Amino acid sequence: MADKVITCKNLTKKFGDFYAVHNISFDVSQGEIFGFLGANGAGKTTAMRILCGLSYPTSGEASVAGFDVYTQQERIKQNIGYMSQKFSLYENLTVLENITFFGGVYGVPAAQLKERSRQLIAKLGLTNEAKKLVASLPLGWKQKLAFSVAIFHEPKIVFLDEPTGGVDPVTRRQFWDMIYEAAANGITVFVTTHYMDEAEYCDRVTIMVDGKVEALDSPGNLKSRFDVTSMDEVFYRLARNAVRSGD
Amino acid sequence: MKQFLVFIRKEFFHVFRDKRTLLIMFGLPLVQIVLFGFALTSEVKNITLTVIDNSRDLNSRQLTDKIKSSSYFVVNESNIDYNDVLKLFKKNEAKCALIFPSRFGDDLKHNGKAQIQILTDGSDPNTAKTVVNYISNITSAYQQEISNGKPLEYVITPEPRMLYNEEGNGSLNFIPGVMALVLMIVSTALTSVSVVKEKELGTMEILLVSPFKPLMVLISKAVPYLILSLLNIIMILVLAVFVLDVTIKGSIILLFLESMLFIITCLSLGLMISNTTNSQQTALLLSMMGMMLPTMIFTGFMFPLENMPKVFQWISNIIPSRWYFLIIKAVMLKGLGFGYVWKETLILFGMTVLTLTIALKNFKTRLS
Repeated sequence: MADKVITCKNLTKKFGDFYAVHNISFDVSQGEIFGFLGANGAGKTTAMRILCGLSYPTSGEASVAGFDVYTQQERIKQNIGYMSQKFSLYENLTVLENITFFGGVYGVPAAQLKERSRQLIAKLGLTNEAKKLVASLPLGWKQKLAFSVAIFHEPKIVFLDEPTGGVDPVTRRQFWDMIYEAAANGITVFVTTHYMDEAEYCDRVTIMVDGKVEALDSPGNLKSRFDVTSMDEVFYRLARNAVRSGD
Repeated sequence: MKQFLVFIRKEFFHVFRDKRTLLIMFGLPLVQIVLFGFALTSEVKNITLTVIDNSRDLNSRQLTDKIKSSSYFVVNESNIDYNDVLKLFKKNEAKCALIFPSRFGDDLKHNGKAQIQILTDGSDPNTAKTVVNYISNITSAYQQEISNGKPLEYVITPEPRMLYNEEGNGSLNFIPGVMALVLMIVSTALTSVSVVKEKELGTMEILLVSPFKPLMVLISKAVPYLILSLLNIIMILVLAVFVLDVTIKGSIILLFLESMLFIITCLSLGLMISNTTNSQQTALLLSMMGMMLPTMIFTGFMFPLENMPKVFQWISNIIPSRWYFLIIKAVMLKGLGFGYVWKETLILFGMTVLTLTIALKNFKTRLS
């Protein structure tokens, strides 16, 4: 087994009497595509925010890229990339300006910035659009660009919070090709999603229900354990008893 | 440091590519200067005065001529009677009228005193008062003139001087007011909107997940607006000096330092607002209603604070722009140095520290 880049042990986050995240434990290995599933309000986002260094857990232990979530938030931030369901580039900046900005903020050395931006734009086939405002690109392109920007500084782990919301199936497929490529390059991918067909693409998935991890295994093993043919049914079996729903 | 510069550059891109922001930032001061300077003047000029002369003698003629020769009135002499005048008022065709009684000249000669009646439209009290003042002044000047040979026994001639503003230039009072108002709008509203916009777009999360420190995110958001606000001050001052003939009497450096202090107050208010809301509309509404209105009412440049009920006077003390207005007036118009405004500066400084602390504290607690 490769190195563990994310470890969680009995991680809990309470808001008042409410357990948003209740005693969850899991490990993620380097280069793995780790799916994080759950209905709205199951606690996915809260758990993810803790792992990204945006909030502190109430109890339990967790480390990301070898750094502790309580004491080394800043070090964690230097080693991760992040992309959220809300579209996350600046619309009134050009493609090139967005890459330069986020590259700069995430600390890509100035000497490399220019050459690597050029390479990225060429790879995405956006050479003619480099000087156009992001607002003028179709949504699918924006999402792909946002993902590329999120891993532009070569982080150890990239967190994707429902990255394919509102994107057509073809673009979603292309998007997953990019995720595979990133994973093949050694970047660990931690992805939350609503789409159960996407869950099938993951190496392993966790399914969260009411703040707890109800299942954690590869999609194939989960399907045979519940004796069903699709992840959709696995999810339904586990989530139908959920008490919480909605945000 | 490099991250900081990258961030500021990005912020300027935002401002210069958004026509609405540009319009608010540079169009608004221009419009306000022109409006306050030329349209909203409290001086009364060329007002039509209906004169009904029932006496038609030497004295009534002379007095009418005096009034005609002043620049304030356009005299409209007519033969209508008192009731017709009232009709004119009702139809809004007359704002003021002067009526000489039938024995005006005789009374003046034989009794040594006579009366005239001034009618004004009290539904517009400011103009009415001004008109009454003008006519009274002209009348008393005329009175002195005709009693020349036989001097009045006791004569008191007031010689008024308006200190710091001898010509009665109305621009002097509102320029500092416009400065306060514009800074409030640019710094508070635009800053809060620009922070909230990032929250709406989801880019704020990306920035907070980046190694860039949250505090630095706020500072780099504020710095471009600080620079733009200073540009704004320069623009207003240039307009004031070259278009409205205002002379800046005090130190320009002091003026800028005090303005910077006030801008920081406004920026912190803007950040405070952006901490409490997640939608651009709310942020804009809060800064417009919550900041602009009190600025207009409680700063003292539109309505004199001394005339307000005590409660409102107390409230005015917690409005930062009130103190800024006092400082700018003292420095710009009276030419006073820091020695005269240190108290006001200290109050403003206290407010700045307080708002900034609250804004930053709030921002941090919302993160965890």
